[in-house]
Amino acid sequence: MFLVNYIKDVLSGIKSLATGMKVTGWYALHHRKEKITQQYPDNKDTLVLPERFRGEVVMPHDEHNEHACTGCTACELACPNATIKIVTKFDIQPDGKKKKAIDKFVYHLELCTFCNLCIEACPTDAIKMAQTFEHSVFDRTNLTKILNKPGSKIREGIE
Amino acid sequence: MYRETEILKQPGAGEPDVFGDMIINIGPQHPSTHGVLHLVITLNGETIKKVEPHLGYIHRSIEKMCESLSFRQFIYVTSKMDYLSSHINNHGCCLCVEKGMQIEVPARAQVIRVLMDELTRLASHQLWWGAGAMDIGALTPFFHAFREREMINDIMEETCGTRLTMNYMVPGGVMVDVHPNFQGRVHEFIKHFKTKIDEYDELLTGNVIFQNRVKGVGYLSKEDAISYGCTGPTARGSGVSCDIRKLYPYEVYSKLQFDEVTETGGDCLARYLVRMKEMRQSLSIVEQLIDNIPEGDVQAKTKAVLKLPKGEYFSRVETARGEFGVYIVSEGGTTPYRIKFRSPGYSNLSALDHMARGGKIGDLVAIMAMIDLVIPDIDR
Amino acid sequence: MPSLENIANNIHQWLNNNFGAPWPMLIEFAIVGLCIIGLFAMLGLVLIMMERKVSAWMQLRLGPNRVGPVGMFQTAADTLKLIVKEGMTPAGADKFLFNLAPFIVMIIAMVIMAPLMFAKGLQMWDVNIGVLFFTAISSVSVIGILMAGWASNNKYSLLGAMRSGAQIVSYELSAGFAILAIVILTGDLKISTIVNSQADGWWIFKGHLPIWIAFVIFMIAVTAETNRAPFDLAEAESELTAGFHTEYSGMKFALFFLAEYVNIFVVCALGATLFLGGWQPLHFGTDTQFNQWMDYIPSSLWFMGKTFFLIFVIMWFRWTFPRLRIDQLLNLEWKYLLPISMINLLLVTLMAIMGWHF
Repeated sequence: MFLVNYIKDVLSGIKSLATGMKVTGWYALHHRKEKITQQYPDNKDTLVLPERFRGEVVMPHDEHNEHACTGCTACELACPNATIKIVTKFDIQPDGKKKKAIDKFVYHLELCTFCNLCIEACPTDAIKMAQTFEHSVFDRTNLTKILNKPGSKIREGIE
Repeated sequence: MYRETEILKQPGAGEPDVFGDMIINIGPQHPSTHGVLHLVITLNGETIKKVEPHLGYIHRSIEKMCESLSFRQFIYVTSKMDYLSSHINNHGCCLCVEKGMQIEVPARAQVIRVLMDELTRLASHQLWWGAGAMDIGALTPFFHAFREREMINDIMEETCGTRLTMNYMVPGGVMVDVHPNFQGRVHEFIKHFKTKIDEYDELLTGNVIFQNRVKGVGYLSKEDAISYGCTGPTARGSGVSCDIRKLYPYEVYSKLQFDEVTETGGDCLARYLVRMKEMRQSLSIVEQLIDNIPEGDVQAKTKAVLKLPKGEYFSRVETARGEFGVYIVSEGGTTPYRIKFRSPGYSNLSALDHMARGGKIGDLVAIMAMIDLVIPDIDR
Repeated sequence: MPSLENIANNIHQWLNNNFGAPWPMLIEFAIVGLCIIGLFAMLGLVLIMMERKVSAWMQLRLGPNRVGPVGMFQTAADTLKLIVKEGMTPAGADKFLFNLAPFIVMIIAMVIMAPLMFAKGLQMWDVNIGVLFFTAISSVSVIGILMAGWASNNKYSLLGAMRSGAQIVSYELSAGFAILAIVILTGDLKISTIVNSQADGWWIFKGHLPIWIAFVIFMIAVTAETNRAPFDLAEAESELTAGFHTEYSGMKFALFFLAEYVNIFVVCALGATLFLGGWQPLHFGTDTQFNQWMDYIPSSLWFMGKTFFLIFVIMWFRWTFPRLRIDQLLNLEWKYLLPISMINLLLVTLMAIMGWHF
């Protein structure tokens, strides 16, 4: 009885090993079709990122160099890491009234964890996530970005 | 800092054997600790006499950090604890805040949350399968597991915007509705994974070398599993029924058809089988829900600034590794007064010494692989 | 048709015609030495490349594909990197033994090549105890590994070296028994006789079930002897980081690495010689058109083809199986391989006496 079990052990062991080898062997033979590698820098032209991908925070400007940010600092308050800093100034309106507007929208990419809370908090949809993801730079200071373009102003009709 | 003499003198280690014992440091940089875990093991030849985990290499004081963050903000930090079940961690925190604020989560959001949880669980178990096989010495399963995990990550990326630390769940529901492609891609994944999970079994489960490496290794009895506070597949492999989804159902789990997987072996093989079967159960949950997402809002109306009423709140969820508990003490302000997370990895790790004693170094690696340690979850 | 045999004979004759007594011998030594070093370098480059490609195919990857056409020069680039890298010696190490160990391992891998028959009539040293020489020398390589593990003054290295010692010493036995099966059938230890005995059919075809069993045992045992997965306990990167060569870097590490691959080549070449007929072409029946076609393929290609097939099988093992534990490794040897190969040897002897083989 011992001998029978012994031989059974050996045979079933060999069978299980052969099953595993069958799987890897199949993949070795079909490697052209089955490979999953993406050759990243080469496939840059065809690389499509989903529209919701959180790459970095950007502020879209329209053709008149106008943005939608009122400087309400809702994003600054929503941010858990103090990634956003809004510096405001007072614009003199044509009618002589002073109006609060952003001077600088400072965005620290190096602190950002891409949690999307600022985008959610923004009441005027002035900021959104861009699909860029190659953020490496040689100098850390390059990661501190000012999102509003120079000379830009708030779009008419946004309060 | 530890000194060798102190370790030797501790109770249970026995008298130091000057000629026979060898103390060896596994970690903080070691390929099979999956992070910066430091194990001081006392060896007699190759036989392990004692395992002593040293923690703190990746301690970021997340609990303290959360005290300075508002009730909307602290949720994202919890994704950085057990980064492989980040959705489920976020879910637990959201449940706790919702309990305090008495927010009713819309039905659609509930289903989406459960779907995301189960997909995360699948992704986590796939990574565990690949990485565990790699620890035991088979390198190919890792890449096969990543093929399926990549599909889930792509689904997550499309809907949530990120691949690993999503921050998709917010108090009151989920951040945005699922992507229009979501259902199609999940169907595609289910179809693909159903064939591949059988291939997983062919490649590894039945393999005689693998069976020998895990069978009877790292035995943990039912009593010990309870007394060490083990949860998740580690405890269920010892026959402890501890699935929070069944015992304290949250969201729509009470309406779903699924089994709590338990094995009575108590060894590494049992823990392995529990996880493999759990993958099939998760797949069946996803299948049940994917065509039945109710219409409606994905987020309840909440105030911009959440203020939890004064009091203490606790909620728990089942992550891929076990029970994750969130305990919030609120003084009525916008930030929590105190937060405590009960992470599954910490308790499971505490049983490591018990399981590994008397085994070989190879056994220790197999045990660690089958507990599925995630070090940031242990250290927080 | 020019063959390697003719080339070798022509060189030999030309040297004997043109030089006095000791010189032809010495010049032949030099030529053979250069050839071996060249073969060594080539094998290192080709086998590492093959390993990386095979693993990539099984793992749904592409493998190296950047340096040169389809990544062919990747290993050359890696070697260059290893050469310019600093070969560090740890402060607590036994410096002499630490630096000696990689050379011992490599020299043994070189010496072991001596009795191999690479093609028809192309052999360095047709020693009358060829197979014995092979088994004797191959067991010496464990000394290099033990030396490396001990001299590193590192507990991981020490554990790896001790595992390797236990492993190689025990697997020598079943490898020896598997080789003996062929020796019994052939009746000679000489490699050339063993190859010639397979002119009418390879032993794997002629020898029935016992030889198949011997072949399987041989493959398992040599996989263990060369410290290859699933028996790579001396290295065991998930347990002992890198085992006995944890502390080695630069070219010293590269020598260990190279020796591993050359050892694989040597054992597979021996397997091909013993069981698959060495350089003998595949023949079916007698005097058929097929046999004539097979004879057109050069004998060196036959030998290399068989060897590389066996190398592929060993690589296939590595990329499929998990690693054994040290006690299971010894169990496998002493409780399974050794008794089976002993009984198998009896069967082979019976077969040889009764003349049951073809």
